[in-house]
This record gives sequence, structure tokens and C-alpha cells, in this order.
Amino acid sequence: MIIQGKVWHYGDNVDTDVIIPARYLNTADPKELAVHCMEDIDPTFAGKVKPGDLIVAGRNFGCGSSREHAPVAIKACGVPCIIAASFARIFYRNAINIGLPLIELGEAAAEIKAGDSLKVDLALGQVENVTSGKTYRVQPLPGFIRDIAAAGGLINYVKGEKA
Amino acid sequence: MGMTMTEKIFARHAGLETVTPGQLIKCRLDLVLGNDITAPPAIKEFDRIGKPVFDKDKIALVPDHFTPNKDIKSAEMAKAMREFAKKHAITHYFEVGRMGIEHVLLPEVGLVAPGELIIGADSHTCTYGALGAFATGVGSTDMGAAMATGDTWFKVPSSIKVELTGKLPRWVGGKDVVLTLIGMIGVDGARYQSLEFTGEGVGQLTMTDRLTIANMAIEAGAKNGIFPVDAITKAYVEPRVKRPYTAVSADPDAHYERTISIDLSKLTPVVALPHLPENVKPVSEMAVTTIDQVVIGSCTNGRIEDLAQAAEIFAGHEVHPNVRAIIIPGSQAVYLEAMAKGYIEIFIKAGAVVSTPTCGPCLGGHMGILAAGERAVATTNRNFRGRMGHVDSEIYLAGPAVAAASAILGRIAAPGEVSA
Repeated sequence: MIIQGKVWHYGDNVDTDVIIPARYLNTADPKELAVHCMEDIDPTFAGKVKPGDLIVAGRNFGCGSSREHAPVAIKACGVPCIIAASFARIFYRNAINIGLPLIELGEAAAEIKAGDSLKVDLALGQVENVTSGKTYRVQPLPGFIRDIAAAGGLINYVKGEKA
Repeated sequence: MGMTMTEKIFARHAGLETVTPGQLIKCRLDLVLGNDITAPPAIKEFDRIGKPVFDKDKIALVPDHFTPNKDIKSAEMAKAMREFAKKHAITHYFEVGRMGIEHVLLPEVGLVAPGELIIGADSHTCTYGALGAFATGVGSTDMGAAMATGDTWFKVPSSIKVELTGKLPRWVGGKDVVLTLIGMIGVDGARYQSLEFTGEGVGQLTMTDRLTIANMAIEAGAKNGIFPVDAITKAYVEPRVKRPYTAVSADPDAHYERTISIDLSKLTPVVALPHLPENVKPVSEMAVTTIDQVVIGSCTNGRIEDLAQAAEIFAGHEVHPNVRAIIIPGSQAVYLEAMAKGYIEIFIKAGAVVSTPTCGPCLGGHMGILAAGERAVATTNRNFRGRMGHVDSEIYLAGPAVAAASAILGRIAAPGEVSA
């Protein structure tokens, strides 16, 4: 799958409270959550994000609460993939489990700017910054984490195991 | 090569002789936990699998976040969890009136034992490492799958050794230890890693101190925080846990990525400034910082010893006229003990509010939401932007002694500043 989109850029330690504040956690409906996605860090995001746009961030993206509502809200906004220098571990698990691809790019993530146009080839493991002309290689997922991602998430993977 | 405590628990639950950091493994689970926010989506995922629950005695469901329910939507979520618990005859469902804040409640009622492996759809599940268990937070899909299969996958983490020496001075507690540690290593300083506490200083820490410290391992990005099993652990566990369990200890030649040393006797009361738990500063170095609200409670500091500290400071004093003080015992048992010991009367006479157990204000749910521009001192665990209410409010994290002193003086204050 090739993803092409515009970059929404955020800094280090974006926590799950700002991705989806707890005042909206009285529902788990992805559409309702999407309306408030990123509200406490960027109130313009939910209204302006277009399907296919990408989020690029610094270190420790998704730290804090284990709320799966955070990657669910981002996915429901039509964001097909998140790129960050690094991810907090529960967020990482949750995103893989719900079938939202993540790319850990280390320090190179800082070279990507807001508004840049990116082309991501997940199968090939490559991120191309069309705006800057730079291309980055992505480490493939290890072992059965790759299998969970390939199944489109943990539930499909578990159902497949049972069969 | 020898193994750490976490590696030993993983090996045993994966049916392997040894495991090494980075290895991907599947482990059987001793307990799977969820709450009124995380369990409803987990139940939806569970239903998609189409299997019965793996063990009705090894699932714990605690409605503690938005309960007693704050609105219709949260009542619907609590109802979904209640109906699931009935349908599957879940043994450890705790109704409002019997529940407590999950991470105060589960160790208290004996659902956590040394050497066990526990996942919970709540990031502060790492609290149970205080008892020498491996426990970590996961999301709802992991919880839903685990309720069906009884196992889950892990990447074996590398470990950081936290060597504790000395004895805590008066008015310095577990919260000051863990905030100091997070200040040293940062909010991602232990990301994907295990924090293993060790050293003769551990023996000086009460179980309440250990629970507070392990609780905030996640605030350094850690997968878990774990304490050795000693006489203090056994004294806590023995009256509570009736099933057999196998405690583990680290091998002398276990490998640690690095060692961090903390001399407990050198610590002072600290606060974490907005908007990250790593922004740690001694209270003695704070400029005059007036406050609007104090919250004492939460899965971090809602235990009886926490309330005892607060009561000792509140006794004979009044909450400052500009401050709302909200005190939340972490469980019904804590509440009853606080009543029996006279703490509740001290709090109410001082002008504080005492609430039934709930996570409530910690996550900006209910029972103490902040308005724009307001500032709180809280014994909770996160001071992220907007966590307790308006995006332009501020949270200063502290232990119960600092929180109580601040409530009385109307500004961030050290316990010693309140006259006896």
C-alpha cells in the first residue's frame, strides 16, 4: 500500500490526554472521538485534517494513559500512518492491535516539517519526503508483530490462530 | 547468564528455561483487568472472537473512572460492563459501593501475588510490581483478546537497576522518591524498559511507598516497575492471598542496562511542575505559587498511610479560604479505616470535601474539574496539559504531606511550614 499525504507536525511527548481528552471518553464511538482528536494540542486539527494526511512527531508519541481511544480517534480522522522519532510502548501496541501502522524514524523524524508532502510505501519500508527530496528506510516489524499488522490487527490475528 | 526478576517471571509464564531482552514471547496470564472506560471497547473486541472467557476467576472488572456515573453516556458504559460481568459470571466484578480505585483495590483484596503476571487495560497497572509481580498496562484490544485466550505477547524488556540506600527523612515519601527518579531520567528515560528497585533502602520503604513508586513507573515510560519480595511484602500478602504463588528474585549476575543510585536520606519534598512529571523541583526552591484546589487520593496516593499523613498535617488547621480541598479514599476499606482513625472528621472539620472512591478528578472526569487559569496541587500521577480540566489549567504533582500543607497555606508549601 502506498500512502501519500500532507504532514501535521507535533513535538516531543505528545500524550494521549491531548490526543483525546478524558472528557470525551464517555464514548468509544470512533466517529465521535474523531471530532475531538488532538483538541488540547491543536484545536484546528480535527476540522482541517484530510483523509490521507499523516502525523509526524518527535520522541515518545502517545505517552501516558493506555486509552486505545487515542489511536482509534487518529485512525477515524483518516490518518493512515503515524511517523515519530519514537513511540510510547502502550500506544505502540494499541496502534498495531487496531491496524494503524506506525513508523519509528529516530532523529530523522525532525527533518520532516509541517505541510511537507510524504509518500510512504509500507511494503517496501520506505518514506519519501516529496517536498525535500529525501528518502528514509524503515526497519521492518519483527516476528509476530508483523503478522498482527499484516492481519489488520490483533483480533483478526487471534481469530486466524484459532482457525 | 542470570536473569532479572522480570525475565524470570516472563520465562516461567512462557514455559521457557530462560528469556533474553528483545525476545518476543507469548505468556499465560494470571489476571486480566479492565475499568468502565477501557472494558466496554474490550468487550466489543472480545465478542468478535466468539469464544467464552478463558477463566471467570482471572478477570477483574472495576467501575472506578466515571463512577458513581457522572452522565448518561458513562452510565451506559458501566451498564455494558455490568451486563458482561453477569453474562460470563465474572467472579471479581466490583459494584459501586464495593469498588475502589482499581490499583488500590486489587492488591488490598488479594488479587495480586508475588511472581504473578498481570495485564490491565489501564496504564497504572504497573502498580502491582510493588508486590514482586510483573504487571503492565495494555489497551482495550489486548484486554479483549486476553479475556478469550488467557495469554498475550510481550517483547522482553531490558532492565534498569534502581539502587536505593538510606532511610527517608520525615515528611518525605514514596511520591518524592518516584518524582525524583523521573526528574533524573525523564518521561521516556525507561521507555520499553523494566525498572527494578533494589538495595538496602527497599527495606525502609512501606508497602504504601512501594505501591506509589511502582505506580508511576509508566511516567518514566517504563513497561513495569518491580520490587524484591521481602518480609514487608510477605506481611502484606499473607493475610490477603490464599492461593499458592511462587515469588522470584533476581540472580546475582543478572544483566542491567544501567544502574541509578538514590540515597533516600538525601531526598526532600518535591513537586512536578506543569506540564510533565519530569519537571521536578524541591518545594524549598519554589517561588510563592498560589493555588485554587488540592486533590489528595488516586491510585498513586489514595491509601490509608497517605490519608494518615494528610490528617496529621490538617489536624487543628483549616483549609485556606481560597482553596477547595478534595480528599478521596482509594477504597471502601481505606474509607472505613480513615473513619475509625478519625481522619475523616479531621478533614471535614478543616473544611475539606471527602468523596467516595473514584478516579474522578485525576483524569479530568468529574469531582473537581479545573477552570481556565486555575492551579491545583494533586497527589495524582499526571500533570499533562488539560489533564484535570481546562486546557489552560495547571497541575503540580506532589505527595500527600505537601498537598495537605499547600491546602492550609493556600500556596505550594512544605509540610514543615505548617505549625504543629
